Amino acid sequence: MIVIFFLIPLSVVIAAVFLIAFIWAVRSGQYEDTGTPALRLLTEEPRSKRETNAPKENKDT
Amino acid sequence: MIEGSGCAFAAVRPCFHCGESCRDERFVSGEKTFCCAGCLAVFELLTENGLDDFYSLDDAAGVKVKPAAPANFFRCLDDPGVRPRLVDYSDEQITRVTLRLPAMHCIACVWLLENLFRLKPGIGPSEVNFPRKEVSVSFETGRVKLSELAALLASLGYEPDLKLSDMDGPRSKPSRRLWLQLGVAGFAFGNIMLLSVSGYLGLDAENGSALRRLFGAVSFLLAVPALLYSAADYWRAAWTSLRQRRVTIEVPIAVGILALFAQSAAEVVTGRGSGYFDSLTGLIFFLLCGKWFQQKTFERLAFDRDYKSFFPLWVTRKEGGVEAAVALSQVRVGDRLVLRNGELIPADALLVEGQAVIDYSFVTGESEPVEKAAGDYLYAGGRQAGNAIEVETLKPVSQSYLTSLWNQQVFHKNKGRTLDSLTNLYSKRFTRIVIGVAVASAVFWSFRDAGRALKSFASVLIVACPCALALAAPFALGSAQRIAGRRRIFLRNPSVVETLARVDTIVFDKTGTLSAAGAEEVTFQGPPLTGAEEGLVYAMARHSTHPYSARIAQALAGRNGAGPVRSFLETPGCGIEGSVDGNEIWMGAAAWLESRGVAVPAPPGAGGGMVHLAINGKYRGTYALINAVRPEMERLLPGLSRHYKLALLSGDREKERERFAALLGPSAEMRFHQSPVEKLAFIRDQQQSGRAVMMIGDGLNDAGALQQSDLGVAVVESIHAFSPASDVILAAAALPKLDALLRFAKGSVRVVRASFVISAVYNVVGISFAARGVLSPVICAILMPLSSVSVVAFACGATALLARRAGLGGAEEAEP
Repeated sequence: MIVIFFLIPLSVVIAAVFLIAFIWAVRSGQYEDTGTPALRLLTEEPRSKRETNAPKENKDT
Repeated sequence: MIEGSGCAFAAVRPCFHCGESCRDERFVSGEKTFCCAGCLAVFELLTENGLDDFYSLDDAAGVKVKPAAPANFFRCLDDPGVRPRLVDYSDEQITRVTLRLPAMHCIACVWLLENLFRLKPGIGPSEVNFPRKEVSVSFETGRVKLSELAALLASLGYEPDLKLSDMDGPRSKPSRRLWLQLGVAGFAFGNIMLLSVSGYLGLDAENGSALRRLFGAVSFLLAVPALLYSAADYWRAAWTSLRQRRVTIEVPIAVGILALFAQSAAEVVTGRGSGYFDSLTGLIFFLLCGKWFQQKTFERLAFDRDYKSFFPLWVTRKEGGVEAAVALSQVRVGDRLVLRNGELIPADALLVEGQAVIDYSFVTGESEPVEKAAGDYLYAGGRQAGNAIEVETLKPVSQSYLTSLWNQQVFHKNKGRTLDSLTNLYSKRFTRIVIGVAVASAVFWSFRDAGRALKSFASVLIVACPCALALAAPFALGSAQRIAGRRRIFLRNPSVVETLARVDTIVFDKTGTLSAAGAEEVTFQGPPLTGAEEGLVYAMARHSTHPYSARIAQALAGRNGAGPVRSFLETPGCGIEGSVDGNEIWMGAAAWLESRGVAVPAPPGAGGGMVHLAINGKYRGTYALINAVRPEMERLLPGLSRHYKLALLSGDREKERERFAALLGPSAEMRFHQSPVEKLAFIRDQQQSGRAVMMIGDGLNDAGALQQSDLGVAVVESIHAFSPASDVILAAAALPKLDALLRFAKGSVRVVRASFVISAVYNVVGISFAARGVLSPVICAILMPLSSVSVVAFACGATALLARRAGLGGAEEAEP
């Protein structure tokens, strides 16, 4: 059971990593505008579609 | 003004950019048609820069581009007196600015605005906040001027909305602090809880005290940041209220937390136990959750707007025959200003040149434009409708008629409402009782078992910590606020619900609340018109933008059949003329018709607007436009008059007194011809006779009364439109729900009281354990979350139930 003396602090350290990730997320403003990123996601589509599907002859016109 | 021609094309094609129908064939690119040069230019600009994806995101996503502004239109943004007050950040390399773009409306807009850097070298990354309709743009200070950025946005159709209030600096950002405090408290609470479970179940028997000491030490380390950082606001608030010798809810909370921490730390240090850190951090976490729930506000709405958010940032000044944009703050008395169609008179001024038709609807609520001739005095706040005029300012902006209202005392004093007046009232009694019990139990034990005295004293303080009490009001009133918001009744903050429940007098402003602007009843007086004649009138009225014409056209909608209108002419303040199917139609003011030799009989007594009609030089009849009472008010008012004292204040003439007297009941007070200051004084008189007054108004002229009243309700047709500072913003469509709202508010306050009773029961149970000195961590760990969670569940559940009974429940109503 002595291992528990090592595991408990370790678990707290891992949890602290998540806390730091949360603090970073808040600091970078991710909790302030929860509406726009959802829209931004949709606008990624056409660019990638053009890169993969665009026929080559279109470039001449 | 409009050369009547009708639509000449067989099939009108929509504009590829903005979707409006194309009236002109000139603007074509490939197979795509455009409605105007502006839209075509934007299309070409986007295509050249590889941004044509814009059109694949949404059909006709563009914003119709207004005629190009003069090249120097935005130049005063670079003025050293203006620029630093608008930008968020600026140094020699980079500048960052946040601009409001009301035209932003879809995904494609977001994408285009975030790709601005591809349109102009020197512009850096930009980020859109769609709910707030704002964009933050970075650009290189040396390469791009602020005015160039504004001009670029305007040329794309997104003209920045710049108002005088923007000079007060950037709007404060919503607080990140609460999120961080909540995160830290949650982190500590979760981890300590995991460690504590073994303690509750007695599992630490095997390795004995060593394990318990480890758990205690880890819990202690986790609890310290929660105590110092997450609970910091409670320490500060408690300290402030102690210094002011007041007892607010924060005092017993702070005392409880402190006692809990002291006792737990003592246990851990001495090795007697693992303390109550789980309860301590849980308490802080729940309290912060309540605070978060309460702080939810309607971000898109501004409850604090004053005249500055209505005034433009700059005006056109004429100096030595040259027109130049100048910041409004630099306008001096005696300056000559040029006001174009739709522009606002920023300061009291003298009309020097041009035909002024001033629309004061915003200030007075009256929809009838007022005509002015050269030499007339113009009050600030009106909008010019028609051709450009020149005026000479007579007073500084800050001392004009409109702004003088804001210099009234009432706008400078804080209303001084405590956020949780109800809670604080209870906590005052509560704290006295708790301290009494704690001292009594300490005295009792010191005679029997001196060792227990201190412990029981601390225990009582711990258990009595009014966590549930502190949560009841935020959750009950907070969910009431949310439910009302779904019905498009927006409360400034949850404590407004308390005020709503206290109100006993309701004062209405007439225009905009009892009667709807732009919804006048149109009646024709005179021998009835034939169908063909109505068709002629409809064709004419459709061509004019005057509000009366618009109303007549609306009333006659569908009477098509008349041919195109030829030689249409609109003379502001007089009327419209034109010929349809060979008939000469004149519609307008009596004096104007009489000056053309048409005998107009004296109109019958009805108030409201009059439009006289003459066909081929002969008087034919009169359209009377009467302000219609909102139909739902006829049902609402008699119900309200049974429980509340009603009053009516109107800036209008007295012509409709009898109609409203019947509606409001015999006891209602009615005052007409009221100036903004008189309205304010009326409210003050009512308050001095001990009444809690709710004022319902819409125009800027009500701003003083709204501010003075205990509860100001601003009625708006669209929630994005301007509304004066108020406690409640009410969509006009939600007005019939007013009585339901008042009933609901009263119910919600009863829910809070009931929650107090529930939390008091928990406290009595807890204190009975504590006073006997047998409080164990397990009882503490069960009682603390149980009391908090059950109070929160009761508060939210009961409020939702009440809402359904009051007819306010159900899903969110979309904006029409």
